[in-house]
Amino acid sequence: MNIQRLTRRNSRPRCLRSIPRNWPKKRAKQFVINKVDDGNVPEIFANARTTPGILTMRGCSYAGCKGVVLGPTRDILQITHGPIGCGFYSWLTRRNQTRPETLESTNFMPYAMSTDLQEDEIIFGGEKKLKAAIDEAVALFHPKAIGIFSTCPVGLIGDDVHAVAREMEAKYPDINIFGFSCEGYKGVSQSAGHHVANNKVFTDVVGLDDTPKEGKFRYNILGEYNIGGDAFELERISKLCGFTLHSTFSGNSNYQEFISAHTADLNTVMCHRSINYLAEMMETKYGIPWFKVNFVGADATAKSLRKIAEFFGDAELMAQTEKVIAEEMAEITAIRDEIKARCTGKKAMLFVGGSRAHHYQELLKEIGIETIVAGYEFAHRDDYEGRKVLPNIVVDADSRNIEELKVSADPVKYNARKSEEEIKKMEAEGFAFSDYEGMMGDMKDKALVIDDLNHYEMEKLIESYHPDLICAGIKEKYVVQKQGIPLKQLHSYDYMGPFAGFKGAVNFYKEIDRLVHSSVFGLTKAPWQNAPELSASYGWND
Amino acid sequence: MLLRHTPEKIVERSALTINPAKTCQPVGAMYAALGVHKCLPHSHGSQGCCSYHRSALTRHYKEPVMATTSSFTEGASVFGGQANILEAINNVFNLYDPDIIAVHTTCLSEVIGDDLTQILNKAEGDGQIPRGKKVIHASTPSFKGSHITGFSNMTTSFVDHFAVNSGKKIKQINILPSFIEPSDMSEIKHIVEELEVKYVMLPDTSDVVNGPMDGKFRMYPKGGTTLESIKTMGDSITSFALGRTGAMAAAKLLDTKCKVPCDILDLPISLKATDVFVDAVRTAAGVPVPESLMLERGQYLDVMIDMNQYTAGKTVSLVGDPDMLVGMAAFCVENDMKVLHVISGTAPGPKFERRIKEICGEDVIVKSGAQADMFYFHQLIKNEKPDLVLGNTYCKYICRDEDIPLIRMGFPIYDRIGHSYFPVVGYRGGLRLLEKVLDVFMDRQDRDAKEEKFELVM
Repeated sequence: MNIQRLTRRNSRPRCLRSIPRNWPKKRAKQFVINKVDDGNVPEIFANARTTPGILTMRGCSYAGCKGVVLGPTRDILQITHGPIGCGFYSWLTRRNQTRPETLESTNFMPYAMSTDLQEDEIIFGGEKKLKAAIDEAVALFHPKAIGIFSTCPVGLIGDDVHAVAREMEAKYPDINIFGFSCEGYKGVSQSAGHHVANNKVFTDVVGLDDTPKEGKFRYNILGEYNIGGDAFELERISKLCGFTLHSTFSGNSNYQEFISAHTADLNTVMCHRSINYLAEMMETKYGIPWFKVNFVGADATAKSLRKIAEFFGDAELMAQTEKVIAEEMAEITAIRDEIKARCTGKKAMLFVGGSRAHHYQELLKEIGIETIVAGYEFAHRDDYEGRKVLPNIVVDADSRNIEELKVSADPVKYNARKSEEEIKKMEAEGFAFSDYEGMMGDMKDKALVIDDLNHYEMEKLIESYHPDLICAGIKEKYVVQKQGIPLKQLHSYDYMGPFAGFKGAVNFYKEIDRLVHSSVFGLTKAPWQNAPELSASYGWND
Repeated sequence: MLLRHTPEKIVERSALTINPAKTCQPVGAMYAALGVHKCLPHSHGSQGCCSYHRSALTRHYKEPVMATTSSFTEGASVFGGQANILEAINNVFNLYDPDIIAVHTTCLSEVIGDDLTQILNKAEGDGQIPRGKKVIHASTPSFKGSHITGFSNMTTSFVDHFAVNSGKKIKQINILPSFIEPSDMSEIKHIVEELEVKYVMLPDTSDVVNGPMDGKFRMYPKGGTTLESIKTMGDSITSFALGRTGAMAAAKLLDTKCKVPCDILDLPISLKATDVFVDAVRTAAGVPVPESLMLERGQYLDVMIDMNQYTAGKTVSLVGDPDMLVGMAAFCVENDMKVLHVISGTAPGPKFERRIKEICGEDVIVKSGAQADMFYFHQLIKNEKPDLVLGNTYCKYICRDEDIPLIRMGFPIYDRIGHSYFPVVGYRGGLRLLEKVLDVFMDRQDRDAKEEKFELVM
């Protein structure tokens, strides 16, 4: 069945029926039927408050800050300041893999640390306990850096984590101590926490050490969190091509790489939503250009590698990159063709993240699976429509609460890696700096795009579209699978991976092939359920 | 080493919790509310709480876990969450049509001081709650107690809102389990059913978070205690609370509110604790113990005796929730194992420590509450290495580093299945648990035996 017919039959009103009065008007703006017209796409309403009671997929600012951005780094000691829950739930649950340099190297990731605030401290303030906790952490672990993460009550009772950080840093001058005001109520989703994390990493971490990593063609990957080992695969490919991956924010990363990240010559951005702020600010302050890459999908990986090689403009590097691509693709093609033959024509729906719902369409397309509905959980309009809409985004009260740092060129450390002329020349050749075109431009006309999906609408969509595959998160997983539709988790990868890069692409093809062709879903009906009427008379007494 | 920074030397801490052996109240409240039929848990706070709790329960059960949230923003945190909860109630009844919404609070709504009693009464008065539908709430701030407290508070809230003493006694008993698996709830029901005693169990998550695959998603699965039966709990002849920390409060409330006397028992983990439970129910109801239960008892005891040589003298370290720990300790001790350490992040009061020492003897190291965390547990293990650890999934980091077998018990278990389908309570649960323990000990023996000492028959 083609997409056009599906969409006509399932246009907005049907999905919105029986939704409370006064709601559909606002909600309707978060449903868009895609139409790409000369690079322009329809406007979508995003990064808006979730309606209470709606059964949302979204999480909070703390999850975005501690869980997503800072969580994957191994040697910044992280203390959650608040009651126990938040620290407990963000303890190893996001599958950020890490590989310390040696068996003795610092790795705090298996440790969840919390001030476990009690009622007394909520009443009389928790700063004293936080200071004592830092003392104890220093004595036990001797970290180079400590991050303090605020939870909801901390903001309400007025604990000043930044003042505590300053005070403790004065006490321990060798340790970089900084706090994050990422209380869960900030903003409307995880997204606010990403921004808070970016700001602090930029002001308190990046730029402290000017020692570059050894090697030529040094670049950073921003917004790659090494879930299921994705960053390991990108490290492998980088090495083969001859790039020097200076720092990944923040998968398989360490503090030293962070503080010297400004010495790299290029920032590439994977997850635009969670880390574009840092890329922007590093460009302004240090003169490091950035562009968007996508290492999800074999073709997308090849394209991104070529872009990086072209950026450095070294003939040998470009030749080596082409060689690597050719070698890797040769291995991939046969497997891909075989799986594609089986999967072509299947339909998928993707509801995840702030970039993944876009990136994974690429990977699905490579094996012939079309994405008929997609949406982000916590993205902004620019992730849907492209950064060109940034000047037109209305800043509402919820976003205004998150600080926008005023950044200017560093008088000493600013060093434009490319001159304005060079940038202009490259742009004329089709290079897009400081840009992200968004998800919708890559989606077909008439595909449905929905922001901040909720359970009710998910049910309606399943009823109408009968997808062969849904990609979402853990909370949706078993809701969908109970209905006989396989669900691939794109936050945790269902404890598999990597799915990025060349090896990752193959893993993903095979995994999707397994999922959509698994025999187990076919066992749902018992034989007698297909023929409930008894016709024979086979009795014991005969 | 995964936990490479954990030193053997124990230094007392007073502020920093490392690798907690507990989590926060609301997740327990959410779990308890799932154990009431057609009830939708609702988290009154910011979205992250609800998302984290649903994720934790989903990872543990690998089943849909549905719950809604008031989605607080900064505005709501300043001006109060009344508008959010009222909007949520309206939307939840319109879209998801539960019979009951069970609201639990979070640190956020507690700190700003939302008065849910007043808000919900007003909503009811203003006709915002559809006829025949109920909205109840429990206060579950994360800065007090633990997930066990939250479970207890929500159960108590159901009793508080619904149980009534109609003045006419019903020949039935109330069973209030602590935070245990759906499989364990089924097993407890099985025992009472074998005794042919009428009962109400609250909450009852069996057939809710261990539901079958039949091609349909049900927002409200078949299981769960019905509202009608909760109402009758005030007329029961007696209540049995199974677990002092997680179940006693609700049973006590039935006593004070409805004059239903209560008996506080340990969770029936171990032969002896099951005996106590069976004997108590039998006595209260005046019924004989059927052959079927004697068979189950006898089979477990038979294996205990046959295989005693493999368990006797083995050392065990336990971490988890107080009620479960009492049962786990009793199980270990009755199989002649020696319990070295008992750690719980939940602070159940001095009676817990006394009970553990009664079971395990004075030598056992017991610590609960503040800084009784898995970091400390690991340090104890480094100082005295046990043959076996019983605890939740997070113990696997310790057990891998120290090369100790782990049997997963408690919450959460993110990395193995079985816990939601097969019990550890009752005689049959004891038999299963013993099988698991024997498997790990005997696998170790097979793995480590010298070739000439490798046994065919064991």
